[in-house]
Amino acid sequence: MNAGKRTLTLGPVLYLWEGEKWRDFYFRIADEAPVSHVVIGETVCSKRLHFTDPYIAPVIERMVAAGKRIVFSTLALVTLERESQYVRSLIADSPYPVEANDLSALALLEGEPHWIGPLVNVYNAATARVLARRGAGNVCLPPELPASSINEIVSHTPGVDFEVLAFGRMPLAISARCAHARAKGHIKDNCQFVCKDDPDGLPVKTLDRQSFLALNCVQTVSFTCQALLSELSGLVGSGVSRFRLSPQDCDMVAVARLYNEVLHGRVDAEDGLARSRQIYPAAPLSNGFHHGQEGAAWIARARNVAHGANA
Amino acid sequence: MELICPAGTPAAFREAVDAGADAVYCGFRDETNARNFPGLNFSREELGDAIAYARRRGAQTFVALNTFMRAGHEGLWYQAATDAVRLGADALILADFGLMAHVAETYPEQRLHVSVQASASNPDAVNFLVEAFGARRVVLPRTLTISDIARLARQIRCEIEVFVFGGLCVMAEGRCSLSSYATGKSPNMNGVCSPASHVRYRQDRGDLVSELGAYTINRFPRDEAAGYPTLCKGRFDIADARGYAFEDPVSLDVMDQIDALREAGVSALKIEGRQRGKAYVAEVVSTLRKALAATPEERRTLLARLRLLSEGQRTTSGAYEKRWR
Amino acid sequence: MEFPRPLAAPLAVVPIALIEGAVKLMFKSLLNRHPALFDRLGEHRGKRYAFCPLDLPLVFVVEPSRAAVLVTRKRAAAAADAVVEGPLFLLLALLEGRCDADALFFSRSLTVIGDMEAMLALRNALDGCEVDLPRDLGASAGPLSPLVSRTADAIRRRALAGENAAWN
Repeated sequence: MNAGKRTLTLGPVLYLWEGEKWRDFYFRIADEAPVSHVVIGETVCSKRLHFTDPYIAPVIERMVAAGKRIVFSTLALVTLERESQYVRSLIADSPYPVEANDLSALALLEGEPHWIGPLVNVYNAATARVLARRGAGNVCLPPELPASSINEIVSHTPGVDFEVLAFGRMPLAISARCAHARAKGHIKDNCQFVCKDDPDGLPVKTLDRQSFLALNCVQTVSFTCQALLSELSGLVGSGVSRFRLSPQDCDMVAVARLYNEVLHGRVDAEDGLARSRQIYPAAPLSNGFHHGQEGAAWIARARNVAHGANA
Repeated sequence: MELICPAGTPAAFREAVDAGADAVYCGFRDETNARNFPGLNFSREELGDAIAYARRRGAQTFVALNTFMRAGHEGLWYQAATDAVRLGADALILADFGLMAHVAETYPEQRLHVSVQASASNPDAVNFLVEAFGARRVVLPRTLTISDIARLARQIRCEIEVFVFGGLCVMAEGRCSLSSYATGKSPNMNGVCSPASHVRYRQDRGDLVSELGAYTINRFPRDEAAGYPTLCKGRFDIADARGYAFEDPVSLDVMDQIDALREAGVSALKIEGRQRGKAYVAEVVSTLRKALAATPEERRTLLARLRLLSEGQRTTSGAYEKRWR
Repeated sequence: MEFPRPLAAPLAVVPIALIEGAVKLMFKSLLNRHPALFDRLGEHRGKRYAFCPLDLPLVFVVEPSRAAVLVTRKRAAAAADAVVEGPLFLLLALLEGRCDADALFFSRSLTVIGDMEAMLALRNALDGCEVDLPRDLGASAGPLSPLVSRTADAIRRRALAGENAAWN
């Protein structure tokens, strides 16, 4: 089943990185990372746009020269007139496919080939088919979906490439309010871009000091890092053809190489997990959503095997 | 403006109608609606009776089918839509595009309302739902200010319903997986948030600790009132700061701004609280009914009374006020 | 509000069988008036619920699946999936559906131990019925009739106080 067709997508940088850091990150991805598609552009907060504006042209140029296919990301939450205008002009002017992350982008993209991001609610094939009829060619499914749903959606939606978040902290919520600014004594309208101080998110711990979540501006992400390595071959078997790596503040080239090796069967998933923990030690791994459990859970393959052996 | 009132049980439904609701919204006793709490909601027979009761008194019934269809089990939602239409629901409140498409195609005459869970927060989004599925009304997310709403109203081709009283989601509704991250159960998929099945209270050195799944959501010293561990209303540590990271335990109340909402072009005011008791529903609905007809001075007195009733509970105007952000 | 001590004290000496007999009678009359009460419990119907009024020397255990109620003096004897303890007036307000679900968890004067979901289901089921204690129990209370009418009075006065402890 589509055995030859399995590639990696680099998702948009969700965090606010300094312009030059952001540029250099993408330059290196262009030169070294085995990803076929790069989704790029501000997704979380419209106030941040000016940080990357000066660098977007040279980054795109470098990507295209390296043979990467570009997809423009859109804002996850559009409420202001300014934000609506931004999404409209981005879609009108983009020479590349655009990924919809909210309903306004979805509306504006009707009739042209586009992508659907993980922040649009696709929970069943009926919805995926509605989107496909409107021009969606690639759908990155929401991280909350269990394998059973993924399987069902993919097998009942012909003509669409499906993608699953395989690496990175999971986007869990977005708010009109900025908890990140609030944590540092500001409100959103006068946030002073404090989220720039936390390029990998600001950890939220419980009162019993358990690591739990991380703040990224108006977005809340998981503290754990989604790691679908053992699950890759099963997903490929279900017909999923793309796997998304969501940038964290770590060596993402190494992450891409590792996932590429495991995806093509050159590295065993268990070895891959061990190496993944070395590349990104900041966050414990999780894969609970995929297994129909709480998203923060880690379901070890070894345990499943052992359980099977005992049964 | 219409007053849209919650009912988790037939008893609460009758109280809401008697107290002056223009419409009551409710759901079936399963995962097809976002208040899928144990012991709540309506059987088919109960819904039929409720619709008849409302109709005799000139009130409408809206049926919420506002979760997202579980892949492979869409039949449960399709059947719920069929039954709600058959029983005479005046509107279906939907969030899932697949379900909206199905209803628009199968029951083109049925009035379709866009649930807050669909997260339509701007004119392009709303007009898409109007054009694609024939939506007649949109329930706006609690992420907009009143001036955002006024601007939106001028650019869209359907009615607007907004939440004015009751619980407050801090996160954009329908786009939050915090609950399932901690418990495996989510509003979108299971119709529950921070479910009671995963709640535990324990005593620790004189504190009452509330837990959700494996996580501590709050700690209450002996002299402090304890709260239910709704995830986004917990106390957490962030760097050196300790406190309510997302939102204090407050509820929404913007009834003092109903004139501004009317001028903004809002058609209907919605009260949150299908999980609340019938006594609460009766009191809130009757007071807000009176407030709608009252002069501004009388309204202040009425609302003060309502606030007195929820003594100890703080309220906020949430995102309707720009500074909340 | 605590249950008045002069009323509570005799309950420690009245034979338990007499109390249980009266309670069973009231319970039966309640179920006769509200036959659908336990239907709402769904999967929680098979569980045991204990009610422990802190101001009475008694524990009441309800088993919806058998439509049975048991009265005991010992907490230990009252094995249950979900236990709620608090002042009698709050427990009775809960029975009448006058106490908000959120308030149930919110108020520290009412403590739920064990299966939180089951207790929430019961609370919602009770709220869904229109239980009116003075009306429903009235004459059926037998020897406890004066006690019932007095507590019913107290509930009426305190009913909305239970609503004060709201949450969202």
